[in-house]
Amino acid sequence: MAAPETPQPDTLRHAFGNVLSFFVLLLIGVLAFSIRLFSVIKYESVIHEFDPYFNYRVTQYLTKSGVYDFWNWFDDRTWYPLGRVIGGTVYPGLTLTAGTLWRILNFLNIPLSVETVCVFTAPIFSAFASWATYLLTKEVKGAGAGLTAAALLAMVPSYISRSVAGSYDNEAVAIFALIFTFYLYIKTLNTGSLFYATLNAIAYFYMVCSWGGYTFIINLIPMHVLLCIVTGRYSSRLYIAYAPLVVLGTLLASLVPVVGFNAVMTSEHFASFLVFIIIHVVALVYYIKGILTPQMFKVAVTLVVSVGLIVCGAVLAVLIALVASSPTKGWSGRSLSLLDPTYASKYIPIIASVSEHQPPTWPSYFMDINVLAFLVPAGIIACFLPLSDASSFAVLYIVTSVYFSGVMVRLMLVLAPAACIMSGIALSEAFDVFTRSIKFQLFGATKDPQVNAGDTNVTQNEVVKPEKSEDSLKERSSRKSKKKEKENVETVPLVSRIEKKLLVLPLEASLIAIFLLVLLGAFYVVHCVWAAAEAYSAPSIVLTSRSHDGLHVFDDFREAYAWLRHNTDVDDKVASWWDYGYQTTAMANRTVIVDNNTWNNTHIATVGTAMSSPEKAAWEIFNSLDVKYVLVVFGGLVGYPSDDINKFLWMVRIGGGVFPHIKEPDYLRDGQYRIDSQATPTMLNCLMYKLSYYRFVETDGRGFDRVRHTEIGKKYFKLTHFEEVFTTHHWMVRIYKLKSPRNRVRGKTKKSKSKSTSTSISRRSGARKKNPWH
Amino acid sequence: MKRIRFDLSLLFVFGFCMSFSTVCSDLVISKLDRRIDLTSQLVRTTVSLKVENNGVDSVSEILLPFPEHQARNLAFLSAMISEGKDKTKSSSGSLPIEATNPKGKPPSLTWYSVSLPKELSKGGSLTLEVKAVFTHVLRPFPEKISQADVQLVAFQDSAHYLSPYTVKVQSLTIKLPEPRVESYTKLENTKFSGTEIKYGPYENLPPFSYTPIVVHYVGNKPFAVAQELVREIEISHWGNVQITENYNLVHAGAEITGEFSRLDYQARPHVRGASAFRNLVAKLPPRAHSIYYRDEIGNISTSNVWSDSAKTLLEIEPRYPMFGGWRTSFTIGYGLPLKDFVFQSEGKRFLNISFGCPMSDVVIENLIVKIVLPEGSKEISVSVPFPVKQSQETKFSHLDMVGRPVIVLEKKNVVPEHNQYIQVYYRFCNLSLLWEPLMLIFGFFLFFVACIVYMHADFTISKSSPSYVAKLQWDEVQTAIQQFQNIMNRCLVVHDKLEASLRELSRNGNVQACKAARKAADSLLKELSKELKPILSFLQSSPQAVQIMPKVEELVSKERELQEKLMLKHSTVVDSYEKKSGGRDIENRVAAVQQKITLLRQEVDEILEVIDEI
Repeated sequence: MAAPETPQPDTLRHAFGNVLSFFVLLLIGVLAFSIRLFSVIKYESVIHEFDPYFNYRVTQYLTKSGVYDFWNWFDDRTWYPLGRVIGGTVYPGLTLTAGTLWRILNFLNIPLSVETVCVFTAPIFSAFASWATYLLTKEVKGAGAGLTAAALLAMVPSYISRSVAGSYDNEAVAIFALIFTFYLYIKTLNTGSLFYATLNAIAYFYMVCSWGGYTFIINLIPMHVLLCIVTGRYSSRLYIAYAPLVVLGTLLASLVPVVGFNAVMTSEHFASFLVFIIIHVVALVYYIKGILTPQMFKVAVTLVVSVGLIVCGAVLAVLIALVASSPTKGWSGRSLSLLDPTYASKYIPIIASVSEHQPPTWPSYFMDINVLAFLVPAGIIACFLPLSDASSFAVLYIVTSVYFSGVMVRLMLVLAPAACIMSGIALSEAFDVFTRSIKFQLFGATKDPQVNAGDTNVTQNEVVKPEKSEDSLKERSSRKSKKKEKENVETVPLVSRIEKKLLVLPLEASLIAIFLLVLLGAFYVVHCVWAAAEAYSAPSIVLTSRSHDGLHVFDDFREAYAWLRHNTDVDDKVASWWDYGYQTTAMANRTVIVDNNTWNNTHIATVGTAMSSPEKAAWEIFNSLDVKYVLVVFGGLVGYPSDDINKFLWMVRIGGGVFPHIKEPDYLRDGQYRIDSQATPTMLNCLMYKLSYYRFVETDGRGFDRVRHTEIGKKYFKLTHFEEVFTTHHWMVRIYKLKSPRNRVRGKTKKSKSKSTSTSISRRSGARKKNPWH
Repeated sequence: MKRIRFDLSLLFVFGFCMSFSTVCSDLVISKLDRRIDLTSQLVRTTVSLKVENNGVDSVSEILLPFPEHQARNLAFLSAMISEGKDKTKSSSGSLPIEATNPKGKPPSLTWYSVSLPKELSKGGSLTLEVKAVFTHVLRPFPEKISQADVQLVAFQDSAHYLSPYTVKVQSLTIKLPEPRVESYTKLENTKFSGTEIKYGPYENLPPFSYTPIVVHYVGNKPFAVAQELVREIEISHWGNVQITENYNLVHAGAEITGEFSRLDYQARPHVRGASAFRNLVAKLPPRAHSIYYRDEIGNISTSNVWSDSAKTLLEIEPRYPMFGGWRTSFTIGYGLPLKDFVFQSEGKRFLNISFGCPMSDVVIENLIVKIVLPEGSKEISVSVPFPVKQSQETKFSHLDMVGRPVIVLEKKNVVPEHNQYIQVYYRFCNLSLLWEPLMLIFGFFLFFVACIVYMHADFTISKSSPSYVAKLQWDEVQTAIQQFQNIMNRCLVVHDKLEASLRELSRNGNVQACKAARKAADSLLKELSKELKPILSFLQSSPQAVQIMPKVEELVSKERELQEKLMLKHSTVVDSYEKKSGGRDIENRVAAVQQKITLLRQEVDEILEVIDEI
């Protein structure tokens, strides 16, 4: 009716709309990319923080040695003397992505360094992620909501915090992979096309390559499938969307070395297999229902159910027995701490010691998703009007991710896309209603360009009033009539137009509401830009402070790493707390004892024990590990709060977890952690204290610690087994060298050393039995 | 002190040998003045010789011998005729010098010969100014010091000038950086005053006289040595000369041993860390821009730039203070305007740029200068004022197809005296500049064309395959069903209108208007059913529509029924209005029909929904 009568303007309008949304998307991509460049502009083009340095180092290796060497890479520069099989323990998605990107650029003779490519990988992928959000939301709720959600995601602070230029971390590409996998799932669900199902499996494969968070996908999608089945929404499309994903996805996932057999062995994946069985049973039931008469069907149901229950029971029993036989019930420590938020703090101090594994505080929600937190409920409501397969998925996604973000700060990242999608839907629906009412109120029906049915014009004016009241009645009435209304909206374009016209608000109200919404959006934008520029752009290896005489740069970390790199022997071993392991291997190119990949708790506990032991015992531990230099981070002179003294209690705890002679109460005075004159003698004599405060008192005469805001307890002391070889400009990093044993006492030390090592080894092995972490 | 002694004994032996060799030369050096400058890590000697020819033949070259330990470290040697004394006032340009191996001379010496511009005839004389710069001649002693110690340096040479000619009068002055001396060899006529040690004058010494001396003095001047420096000079004819310099720096002075205490260093940097250096100053050409200073782990923030019209001064500070034996590496880079350095002559272009490093107190052990010319440069030639190792390679960058020619110049032991201009001549066509932009434009053009082709072409492999045909048919069926749905919807709209007219009737009792509405609806419905017919027949004939057909037919029949019932209701209501029956009465009469209508309406809606889902 509309098409044959006015083909010209209509297609033109469509074309214009397409071009417009294409450009909007392009701009959103540019926005997503450029808002993340604050770190480069304010600081420099450099890799940030800790984990990105490891990824950068792996990428360097990949680009230098090729992909086969990368798979077989045994890294002997870390976890000395154990080493680490990098190829088999790393999620290779990010590295391969950046490596491929670099290779393509080099093939085109565009001379970019590996570092540059790594720095800009995250912003590029956040642009991709916002486009994927558009696609996903478009599938859920239409193009308008898609554009809004994409714009929101492009600048959501939570995602910015993980994907600023230089933050070269798995999450940067994983969020894109996550959203894209969800999009392909929904697309398959909406179209029932096997093509998209295959793509979906490939996208899932990419996600598995990129991040351990893929378990979220492989649990969320089965949940949604189950939800659909339970609510009677089973269809062949659902089957096509799910079954290939499980089969292909699991096969592909087990190709990734770090996952391997975990893809079928660990409990994280069991839900998907269970639902896989269920969906086949349901499909069979639907099939039988189709070919049997209702009576025959009833008979069949009773028969099958009785047999099936027995079989299921047997299978379940076997499964449970299998799972229960493993000590962690088949769940990895991180997954368990997700299911039971108190698990980590009870059993695994190493997980609990990481600040991003703590539960978030309320302000962090406001900081990270800002006004989206208020828009999400509206979005959820909009998803229920009408509820489709896709929108039910969106609702499920937001609900689960809210839970997970409540357990760990770091999973706020998973919540952010969901919040953006929901808020996008909410905003778009709201704008839709308000602009429609304004248009209607201003132009009336006759002038309305949107009206394309000439013969309905006459009726509209007449119908408006009674129908409107009817409509509101309808909304309140039974669910059935609601459904009817929905189907009108969905199926009958003409009728829906008319009925949409009926949801008209007063002109002033809608104007004010639009104004307020725009204000809200503006507030969001301002907050996001502030967060991107101020809060999340610091690379953390360079610190700056603004004082009255201008900007002051604290570049101590790189000073120390550069010193190590150039002025120590290439095979020297450097011991430090594990936080600095990745940076030391990447920036200083020296062998470390422990690093941020905390795979061996005992090893970390050994270093923790050494740091919390008195000098001589520490020297013996370090010497047995072949350590030549010890690196400590000390913020007391300039007031840098995240230094080793503040982390020290974790060292004691982790060390004490394996070596029981280290007892946390020994370091606490009446349950309080202090380093002043009230501190316990154990504390004042431990290696960490001594290395941090060695000759510190001579700086100001009284040894005032600017982080702890107190005078230190033990001021004048000498080191007998260590010597200071380097201290950075602001004293933030201090490097000590182990003195070689003196001739006279050699026999003595040797004896005690052998004794201590043997005891520590026996202790270690004993502890391994007790606490096989990971 | 052991090591020095050892060297000295060697020298004695060596000097002893010298006296054996017979030298026949008619040249006599009538006056010789030697100054040795030890204020930096380099040893700069300036010798002014007054040469007289007492023989018969005229002489065209003068021999300069150097003992081996000096020759090894000889970085720079130049000789020129000083003006004034000679009647033939030659220009002060430096004279050509080449290494020779003259017969009958001891081979343990390294010989250089200076060619005179004009032969020295019998009885003639001239004054020659010879400048030599040595690296690595100064040895820190002791070799390891602690942070608090001062750096002591030993220097050894001969008090007498080593020459194959008889020297009539000679003197030696050694200039020290500080007036503090640990020890020095005392000979006759030795004077130490201020920062200078004077030996001589000595008279009438035979050829190859050699008297070793050692000066052990306080030399806290930094020993900044670049073990390797790679300078890459890249010319872009878009208007920029980009220079990138990769330094591999070491403090070659006395190594630090024991603790390094930052506290001591910060409290008294000039006492505890006297031999360390904090910063280096690079003197860059004027109008240098985009200056950066970084190393492999990122930007180094401790640098400063001052610029005026004559120069740009870049002060760089390594990440940590450089103590003896400590190493570092870094990169500085800057851009220069093209017009200051590339000129044109006789159809050729040439780059005119200084060879060495812009830092005046850095010695370079191995300097590699790479000059990257733009892609498509031809007929390349280089002119360098001193001997260097030359080679050529190709570099690919920025969308190059054939690569850029790179001139590689290598030289060992480079000192600031080597900061001379070199020229690289080449031919380059300006049109080659447009090559890369055009390539980009063409690439994008091809991409868009490919997109257009893809959008418009049909890439189905087989047009007759059953699946393709089925797909086409299915498309047709879908459009038919859409049309069908459309018509159904319009029918429903007409129904609504009828209902509306009834409501209107109940409000104002206008029977005529209601009848007119009914008539219009009738005709509309008839039209619609006419439209419906071809679609239905098509759907019946199509094999793809078999599944949907029952639903479609059901819908059509239901709609018919609904239509009839509506008409019935309409006519009943109108009738009763004409008969002026009461409202209650009408409702009673219509009630049964109304129920049926709502039921049917629901059914129709449901079927529509089902069809839509298909």
